[in-house]
Amino acid sequence: MLKKLDEFKIGETGRITKVEGEGRLRRRLFDMGVTPGATVYLRKKAPLGDPLEVTIRGYELTLRKSEANLVILEVEGEAK
Amino acid sequence: MKRFALAGNPNCGKTTLFNNLTGSTAHVGNWPGVTVEKKDGVYKKLAEPISIIDLPGIYSLSPYTSEEVISRNYILDEKPDCVINIVDATNLERNLYLTTQLLEIDVPVVVAVNMMDVLEKAGDTLNEIILEEKLGVRVVKISALEEDNLKTLMEVAYEASSSPREGRSILRDENLNHLIGDVKIAFKGKKVENPLFHAVKLVENDEIEAQMHPDLMPMVSEFKKTIKNETFGDDIEAIIADDRYNYIADSFSGVIVKHAEPEESKKKVKENKSDRIDKVLTHKVFGLLIFAVILFLVFHLTFSENFLFLGGVFERKGIAPSFEGTIYEGLFWTDGGINSPGVMLFNFFDMSFSAIIDVTKSAMETALGVGHWLVGFVCDGVMSGLFAILGFLPQILVLFLFFSIMEDTGYMARVAFILDRIFRKFGLSGRAFIPMIMGFGCSVPAMINTRTLADENEKISTIRVIPFFSCGAKLPILVAIAGGVCEVFGFTHIDVITYSMYVLGIIAAIISVLVLRHTTLKGETAPFIMELPQYHWPQFKSLMIHLWDKAKHFVKKAFTIILASTIIIWFLSNFGWNWHLVEDMQDSILASIGQLLQPIFTPLGFGSQLTPIGWVFAVAAITGLIAKENVVATITTLGAVAVAYLNSGLVDPAIIAAIEADEEGIAAATEMIRATGITWQGCIAFIAFNMLTIPCFAACATAKGELKKGTFKNTLAFWLIVSFVGASFVYCLLSCFSANDFVWALPVTLGVIIIAVSLWVTFYLRNKKMAKGA
Repeated sequence: MLKKLDEFKIGETGRITKVEGEGRLRRRLFDMGVTPGATVYLRKKAPLGDPLEVTIRGYELTLRKSEANLVILEVEGEAK
Repeated sequence: MKRFALAGNPNCGKTTLFNNLTGSTAHVGNWPGVTVEKKDGVYKKLAEPISIIDLPGIYSLSPYTSEEVISRNYILDEKPDCVINIVDATNLERNLYLTTQLLEIDVPVVVAVNMMDVLEKAGDTLNEIILEEKLGVRVVKISALEEDNLKTLMEVAYEASSSPREGRSILRDENLNHLIGDVKIAFKGKKVENPLFHAVKLVENDEIEAQMHPDLMPMVSEFKKTIKNETFGDDIEAIIADDRYNYIADSFSGVIVKHAEPEESKKKVKENKSDRIDKVLTHKVFGLLIFAVILFLVFHLTFSENFLFLGGVFERKGIAPSFEGTIYEGLFWTDGGINSPGVMLFNFFDMSFSAIIDVTKSAMETALGVGHWLVGFVCDGVMSGLFAILGFLPQILVLFLFFSIMEDTGYMARVAFILDRIFRKFGLSGRAFIPMIMGFGCSVPAMINTRTLADENEKISTIRVIPFFSCGAKLPILVAIAGGVCEVFGFTHIDVITYSMYVLGIIAAIISVLVLRHTTLKGETAPFIMELPQYHWPQFKSLMIHLWDKAKHFVKKAFTIILASTIIIWFLSNFGWNWHLVEDMQDSILASIGQLLQPIFTPLGFGSQLTPIGWVFAVAAITGLIAKENVVATITTLGAVAVAYLNSGLVDPAIIAAIEADEEGIAAATEMIRATGITWQGCIAFIAFNMLTIPCFAACATAKGELKKGTFKNTLAFWLIVSFVGASFVYCLLSCFSANDFVWALPVTLGVIIIAVSLWVTFYLRNKKMAKGA
């Protein structure tokens, strides 16, 4: 099932299939390891629900929902 | 001298390595982006001295923020003899992404795998032979923190620097390599250095590259049409990034050998110590609350005169200690409360300084005679002015220590995470919070901290509102004037005035940011894509480096700018235009300047409507531009003159004695209010003006250094406009009330402002949303 990262529930895991957006923002996401094929685990959301904290390529990354909206994933593991 | 550059991801330990190699004391923090400019030092333990350059951390060679451009340009243009690429062993995958790009440049590269101590503590091992084979460059395992293997690293780097290395790409996509090969040949034909690197970047659509070589773009786009990847189509950026990461994953999966079974270690990764701390500190419900408590404690420990509110407990039980008459008086105990560590240090310094002044004064009086002008100059002019500033050093250091601990442990990065949502409403990112809150202590470190903000307009807006967060030096203004108002106009709640003024500053900051971000400093809120580092204990050495840096900076300022300004003020207030000492301050140069400026402040309630001596308020505000402590100092010094004026020449010794005995300047302010005939509305406007106007000289100098060329002038104008508009608004609004309505006049004023702002924000956001929807 395809889903955008900002629609993920805490504890869900997915594999990136596509990164949308353009220009510098997209480059930045690539540089931080947010590339197709990478596995993403949604660790938590900030107290007000935004930004998100994810584990990707073995480290913690934080990004806003608006940026997470650009990342499309294939859901692999459901929230426990 | 050979030059070795340190390059690597942010927060991978470059600066720690730099400090240990060069014996330097650069600032280290557990917060990505601490190094914001390149620094150099010298390593002396090899056959010849080596110059070491610490570059700002970068995730890739396609630069994103301004400090990342510094790193890229240094490696490409300055051609160091060797690049030491520091790689975090605990996060190899993302760190090696940069390595694959560095390898494309024609420069000797040595990879230093850092944080080996952390890796080994976890029981894991790293096979550097595989790494060396695949990367084609030497790899050295080090621990920058424990200073392990640093000598070997430098020897290997020295050896590597003696033979040139040709850039090499690890990309495996055949079609792509074909294209890159062709572009590389074109670059070679143009005699461009580092042809491979530029070729890859051009194919990647790098902004800088595309601007530099527009002539090659048609060829690249033509070729691009022929490329069709199965998964990504013609999305070359994605193909290259994917290729790099796949190469890393394929080649280095066996490099790190975990000691435990994979299943078990997976579980471990999900719940280590850092995660457990994080669960509490960024908790969904309590996260914000915990942060508020931590922040309160920091300020409480630094500024409170009633430590942990224990004073009341002691008093009730009748065991309140009395230090009256001893040298401990005022050191540990102030008016029924234990002093917090910050206040203790402050009082200790204050007492020492007074003692020094007393000793000097009596020594000089014996030598020169009582009343000699030189005694006044050295003791009352220079020393008291200088010590007034230096006295704040301990409290600033204590505040700084707490912030350093928060930064060093990795908590600051979480604070940005927690608060981002709130700050975005005002057009800022969560990162802007830290400099703002530091502004309550001192604007100078706060402004320096804005370097971590990625967006230039965000940085400018933040620097502009930092002074509105009332700093420690503005507190005396509040206490003295508000005290005087209570005394003269019979109002009993001094705390309502002080708190209202703090709130006024915060409201001014919010309005300003909203207005700035939607007018002259427009811009989408910068993206918030940030690494959250693992928590670790603060390192004593690095904390001390922070504090030492800060103290050095502060003392230097005190002995240069502030010393000079105190001398000038003293001179101006004691000499007349005929260059003779004056008896009456009304004849001094300062007085005539003050009278000239006085009318400017009429709309603010402390200008021409006052009695002839009313210029003191204008002068006090002006001297505040040098250091905010000067405001009350000026009022105190001029207090005696005011009394003389009021009694038409007859100075009452009792009142003079009261002014001299009173440390907080309330008595002086009281006399001043009576003598000048200023209204209470004017007094409040005077405080408001000082809260909002151009900050002290030190802060202005810092702002000038941090801001881009040309924006500083506008920033000064901005501060002037806000303070005049803000203070006259306060004056006019308050003038609708009489003194009897005081209790509710201020809260009502603030309420009106808050409601107006929130309405404006709601409507603005709704309009914006509608515009977006349509």
